[in-house]
Amino acid sequence: MMKLEFIVPITINNTAHPLPDDPRTSLLDFLRRDCGLTGTKKGCDHGQCGACTVIVNGQRINSCLSLAVMHDGDSVTTIEGLGTPDAPSPMQKAFLEHDGFQCGYCTPGQICSATAMLQEIANNMPSDASESLDGPIKPTPEEIRERMSGNLCRCGAYANIIAAISEVAEGDAA
Amino acid sequence: MRPFQYARPDSLDHATQLTAPEDTMAIAGGTNLIDLMKLQVETPQELIDINRLTMGEIADTDDGGLRIGALATNTATAAHDRVRSDYPLLARAILAGATQQLRNKATTGGNLCQRTRCYYFTNIDQPCNKRDPGSGCGAIKGIARLHAILGTSNHCIATYPGDMAVAMAALDAQVLITREGEKERTVPVRDFHRLPGDTPEKDNVLEAGEIITGVTLPAPVEGKQIYRKVRERSSYAFALVSVAAVVAMTDGRISRANLAFGGIAHKPWHDPRLSELLVGETPSAAVFDKAADLLLEDAQGYGENDFKIPLTRRALAATLADATGVEL
Repeated sequence: MMKLEFIVPITINNTAHPLPDDPRTSLLDFLRRDCGLTGTKKGCDHGQCGACTVIVNGQRINSCLSLAVMHDGDSVTTIEGLGTPDAPSPMQKAFLEHDGFQCGYCTPGQICSATAMLQEIANNMPSDASESLDGPIKPTPEEIRERMSGNLCRCGAYANIIAAISEVAEGDAA
Repeated sequence: MRPFQYARPDSLDHATQLTAPEDTMAIAGGTNLIDLMKLQVETPQELIDINRLTMGEIADTDDGGLRIGALATNTATAAHDRVRSDYPLLARAILAGATQQLRNKATTGGNLCQRTRCYYFTNIDQPCNKRDPGSGCGAIKGIARLHAILGTSNHCIATYPGDMAVAMAALDAQVLITREGEKERTVPVRDFHRLPGDTPEKDNVLEAGEIITGVTLPAPVEGKQIYRKVRERSSYAFALVSVAAVVAMTDGRISRANLAFGGIAHKPWHDPRLSELLVGETPSAAVFDKAADLLLEDAQGYGENDFKIPLTRRALAATLADATGVEL
């Protein structure tokens, strides 16, 4: 069996990184351990909680259920790439303003997920909560709940998470 | 996770060569396989990453149908214009399953090949004839809430967990399969998954070295398309029972009733006798009940899943009522 030579690196938050040698390394472990980007969190490590959600080539995925070696040439955005404490993204700001967390462990995944989710709505992608498959889709609380069902919050800050996301969604629509 | 060799084929032919030996597995989206590798339920020696092959296209077929590439993501399929307009049943079934994060990675081929969520299968400390043939079935006389009521055997009562394939079974889709040096073969989705019998380790008819290249949907037919999924919570849960239906009415009588069921068997369940019984009938609660009698005549519960028998009856009646406009 050949050993793969990765010529093309992976790009994370606009910085190129060489890929790991051990193909078992999940994208999540690669981000945290090899790249020092510990904003992305490991919750269940089985794709059920969404704490590890990152945005790859514009689409949100569970980084725990993907191998880093499968991502040469891909562009990954993590919570660190969305904004900084001095210059937060609109979604980061809204989570702060609405207290969209208690312990904060699920928050990076919630924010990455919500950021990509609003783009999906803008692209008119239907969800299980959409009455019509043809759109147009409005970011109602029902839509947001269904679309965010892959992100669990064990503190139960859901009401404030929905308020934060709704505010950004309304800002986008205006 | 056990160590494995990672390889990436440069062509489909190359991929079929690489996946031919035992202990090799193809990986696409990986959302189920990587999870099972972490649990050491799957322990491939070699992992063949087919993601860079060009099999993601969704395109019209010459006969008015649609070909969905094996690597098309579930997101791309559910959002495709023709799937939304001509095969809304398929879009609805996909959107009723998993989460957006998972659907963004999950593929057509991988979804078909996903493995059961039986608690005994996914726990290597438990007996399971599917994971470890001959070790016994923990679910029979055990925790069996998710388990099958039709087509079971003394060796396995696991269910096929997916939604996508249930819709494809109702739509009479075909799975396209290729292997090295041979012509593509076609297997109806209805025949792709197997019943467990005495070889529950084999989920489907795919042989070593074979790779799914896509699924074709026949030209759309007239009728109302409905996917009704009954589950423990309204998002991100597997079906206890699901019903996929394409039902048409002509002059007050049922003229088409293509039905498939999820959550109740080792495969998307399709019983051709239902269409024979229903077509020509004037829809009514009594007719729906007769269909349920036929569907469930051999149904068997295993304690915790006994409820699925009446639940399937009600889900079928509710779906047919919705499709035909009958008040129950």
